[in-house]
Amino acid sequence: MNETMVQSQPVVASASAPEKLLTVENVTLSFGGVRALSDVSFDIRKSEIRAIIGPNGAGKTSMLNCINGFYHPQAGRITFKGKMRQRMRPYDAALQGIARTFQNVALFKGMTTLDNILTGRTLKMHRSFFWHLFRHGPAMNEEIEHRKYCEEIIDFLEIEHIRKTPVGRLPYGLQKRVELGRALAMQPDLLLLDEPMAGMNLEEKEDMCRFILDVNRQFGTTIALIEHDMGVVMDISDRVVVLEYGHKIADGSPDEVKADQRVIDAYLGVSH
Amino acid sequence: MFYREAGQFKTSYAADMAIFPILQDRIGLAVILAIAFIAIPLFGSNFLIQTVMIPFLVFALAAIGLNILTGYTGLISLGSGAFMGVGAYACYKLTTIFPGVNIIVWILASGFFAAAIGVVFGLPSLRIKGFYLTVATLAAQFFLQWSFVRIPWLYNYNASGAIEVPQRLLAGIPVTGANATPVTRYLVLLSIVILLTWIASNLVHGRIGRSWMAVRDMDIAAELMGIRLLPAKLLSFAVSSFYCGVAGACMMFLWYGGGEANDAFNINQSFTILFMVIIGGLGSIIGSYFGAAFISILPTALKFGLPAMGIALSGPVAEHLNYIILGVLILFFLIVEPHGLARLWQVGKQKLRVWPFPY
Repeated sequence: MNETMVQSQPVVASASAPEKLLTVENVTLSFGGVRALSDVSFDIRKSEIRAIIGPNGAGKTSMLNCINGFYHPQAGRITFKGKMRQRMRPYDAALQGIARTFQNVALFKGMTTLDNILTGRTLKMHRSFFWHLFRHGPAMNEEIEHRKYCEEIIDFLEIEHIRKTPVGRLPYGLQKRVELGRALAMQPDLLLLDEPMAGMNLEEKEDMCRFILDVNRQFGTTIALIEHDMGVVMDISDRVVVLEYGHKIADGSPDEVKADQRVIDAYLGVSH
Repeated sequence: MFYREAGQFKTSYAADMAIFPILQDRIGLAVILAIAFIAIPLFGSNFLIQTVMIPFLVFALAAIGLNILTGYTGLISLGSGAFMGVGAYACYKLTTIFPGVNIIVWILASGFFAAAIGVVFGLPSLRIKGFYLTVATLAAQFFLQWSFVRIPWLYNYNASGAIEVPQRLLAGIPVTGANATPVTRYLVLLSIVILLTWIASNLVHGRIGRSWMAVRDMDIAAELMGIRLLPAKLLSFAVSSFYCGVAGACMMFLWYGGGEANDAFNINQSFTILFMVIIGGLGSIIGSYFGAAFISILPTALKFGLPAMGIALSGPVAEHLNYIILGVLILFFLIVEPHGLARLWQVGKQKLRVWPFPY
């Protein structure tokens, strides 16, 4: 891997003093009479892989939407990089270094893979409208510089062959991979993945796991992911938080969570 | 056979990101430019230039403008006729108030007035989308058209209620007005259109074009990538209206030579341009040219081509037949390729590249 990609920040090695990247405190979110999240608190440490799991409708995606500013919780606080956030918009979240992928792929279907990934660089591009009129000189140099970076991501995700294919024509597994690439192009500090492996076969899942682990290890990117495949979750995540009906029912290492009676009840059901 | 890119290796990103990366395309473009700049003025009849080429270029420019808004940013507008009108009236006022300034400067400057008005009418686009936005742009069409007729200051209180294009010189040669020859007007128009096409193509291939397309394809994800929706949409409205405005000024000054808003900048004009964009290909610069050629040249070709081939028709029959053939052709092309003539062109090029193999 090229040095330019690794520059972001050194991996935090010592587990003894974990630095908190994001803290969620007592977040409550409701839509009319429906409580999507009630009083949820957890934190995400720097450079860890944090999984959010729970049965359908537990509020996992709502949680991610709160974190990157789509929803504004009625109560509670979200602190990112030590800064408490007021009502923020997705644009501000992007500016602060939060990137995400969606449950149902949200790519720009009419654009090529390369253009999709280049779009992820938007916030890093600063040349004004004036230079873009000519597509020469500074604007072009900037394009080329970012193209280089995107080519490294393309190389990393092994999608060279579809570089110039409109993403609408790609199979689902590759679309998911392009979406990950687009999020990576933002060089995020926190990467939110909403079911990155949904609808994939075993081989594609294994590839995706490899990419997620590599991103985490090589760039030190903190990752929060929602996933239903328990095997995957338990294997790759450092810590797991479990939601059910908007409440947090467990939080801890995969082994602790697996042994928790409430989690077992939530997943398997309990006889009354 | 002759259209092969085998052996053309790109050794830099700049070469790979060129707008025409294939050598044959560049040669083709040079040939077309040579024909347009040299062959047509030298050998083309006044009829060809005045009735075929000038309307085609004016419409191509307007279609590029609307394509930026509708094809690239995904906002359908029915106000392009009115924005053309803003350009025409702005140019008229400017050149009558400051007659000493070169007319080409004013034609280009009039685009800025259209851009400003376009931004104002683009403001609702943050809140409303799709058909509802289309209806909102209709308001622009009707309001502006009303202003052109009802505000006499705009047409300098002429008794006719119309723009009367004055004579303006460029290097001693009349460019506008009754004494300007079709060839002069054609060459001026062609230069403006080529310059603005080049700029449009630069814009859509860079960061700005990508942010427009991102807004079009998935606005939620675009916002997440750090694209602010309102500025992106307003920029698109501004650039689009600029192009329409310049096209309108060109239409009045280099084609019609004078006229009235209700004839030139009515809702039919807006629809015509929208059809050009849809038939030519949404989100394609070359598609704008195809669409403009199809809708503006074909009727003329049918009208004068059929009698020339020996099919003599009486006036009304020819007129009706014209509509029928045009309608059938539009249907045919939309069924064959819903993505427009530009896609058909791409598919054709791809076939040629791998010929004689299917893929």
